[in-house]
Amino acid sequence: MSKAKYAALPYLVWMVVFTIIPMLLILVFAFTTPDGGFTIKNISDVGKYTDVIMKSIWLAAIATAVCLLLGYPLAYILSRQSARSQQIGLMLIMLPMWMSFLLRTFAWMTLLEKTGVINRVLGMIGLGPFELINTSGAVVLGMVYNYLPFMILPLHSIMVKIDHSVIEAAQDLGAGSMKVFSKVVLPLSMPGISSGITMVFVPAVSTFIISKMLGGGSNLMIGDLIDMQFLGNAYNPHLGSAISLVLMVIVLLCMSVMNQFDDSEEMEGMLI
Amino acid sequence: MKRHKGLSRLYTGAIMVFLYLPILVLIVFSFNRNKSRGAWTGFTFDWYLKLFHNDAILSAFGNTLIVAVVSSVFATLIGTAAAIGIYSMNKWMGRAVRTLTYIPIMSPEIIMGVSLMMLFVLMRTKMGVPIQMGLLTLILSHITFNIPFVIFNVLPKLRQMDKNTYDAALDLGCNPFQAFYKVVIPEIMPGIMAGFLMAVTYSLDDFVISYFTSGPTSQTLPIAIWGQLRRRVSPEMNALSTIIFVVVLLALLLGNLSSIQKERRERKAVRI
Repeated sequence: MSKAKYAALPYLVWMVVFTIIPMLLILVFAFTTPDGGFTIKNISDVGKYTDVIMKSIWLAAIATAVCLLLGYPLAYILSRQSARSQQIGLMLIMLPMWMSFLLRTFAWMTLLEKTGVINRVLGMIGLGPFELINTSGAVVLGMVYNYLPFMILPLHSIMVKIDHSVIEAAQDLGAGSMKVFSKVVLPLSMPGISSGITMVFVPAVSTFIISKMLGGGSNLMIGDLIDMQFLGNAYNPHLGSAISLVLMVIVLLCMSVMNQFDDSEEMEGMLI
Repeated sequence: MKRHKGLSRLYTGAIMVFLYLPILVLIVFSFNRNKSRGAWTGFTFDWYLKLFHNDAILSAFGNTLIVAVVSSVFATLIGTAAAIGIYSMNKWMGRAVRTLTYIPIMSPEIIMGVSLMMLFVLMRTKMGVPIQMGLLTLILSHITFNIPFVIFNVLPKLRQMDKNTYDAALDLGCNPFQAFYKVVIPEIMPGIMAGFLMAVTYSLDDFVISYFTSGPTSQTLPIAIWGQLRRRVSPEMNALSTIIFVVVLLALLLGNLSSIQKERRERKAVRI
């Protein structure tokens, strides 16, 4: 079957044309002027948006932390159930993901609006109305709601592999429940934590619709900046490419830090 | 231990409420007579009727199906061939191509979107390729992000395959081509089907990449939903969400039921 390797040729050509070249275009555009000369002005212009970039990283980091804190116990509880309950549980966690994230985020608009469900319910007992929507808190909530399954699934797939007898052995040897957690469960679930963090942080830091729908005008994120340079009023693909490049660097940094805890062979199974 | 169990149930329940409450509210308000969300003023089916007369949504739905099916068929063909190619490469090359395949999966969607958009714009303006933003660019983009899912579904099936059956087919007088489609293809068919279905679902659901690569005349459903959400509050979107949710729920239940029945049948077969 040695000739069979050429079967990958159409794919490789496709990848070069539709993935490699476009990515290189971003690189080229980021370092050129509209008439084609080399410049670093685009990159230095990104500096003007430092506050937006820092805010994006900050909001995405909070959302990732909340997902980890909420998702970890659930993944653990789930992994100790019977195979049948685990299957049902995973299905219930994934079911909302089958709905467009636009509609899921829209649902939160219904809840958080000034005249929305939450404010009306609070109004009945004489509270509010509170400014819930158009806050950075609402953006974080939207991220957590949309990406929580991305945290739970890799955590769960690592935790089912933790042998219960290892935990029992630790207990037999006198470890209390805190010690069992910090010395056994936590280290063994590290690969799940790191891939969960990547799978939540990457889409969260690059989102641009959640911030538009729930954050109002005052909670712009990196994705919104890029959108404005390519399809918005501020049309400037060169600056847009420079911002995209910065986003790419942030994402790659996050992944390379997280990869320290993870071996790449595991990844394949986790993605599917 | 018993207290633990109660606590686990409570926690799982709370997360489920968090995941499903917004969707439930969305569904309830799809039957609300009043246009404003938050206040219940009476039961109606009007929004469902209006939805079926909403031309933007209906034509977008047609486009979505075309793009999903066409791109998934091409992605399945290219991806399956690629998987066979990767499988027969030596260790070093196979690893390099697999790493390449992670790029579209791991890079932020917005970056893939803008990079493809730039490619198409440059093809038209600088290289004279008559490519307008529309169904074609959508299909090309969707093929690009769908191929990796096919590859990662087919590769494990190839690895599980017994290599000797292919050689046996050759020994028994098949030419390599016959041996391939009589032995290899049936063996990896479950992987091919899983990859195809995954590609269809990702394609149906994609918003970000389509947002940058679709033209004004060729919207997909998520793009049309965004257009409606941006312009005004429309309870028709609640109705649409409800329909999508119910369809997905039914599909999952049917899939799950059939898998349970299959399991039962297999267990019976073992007993006999």
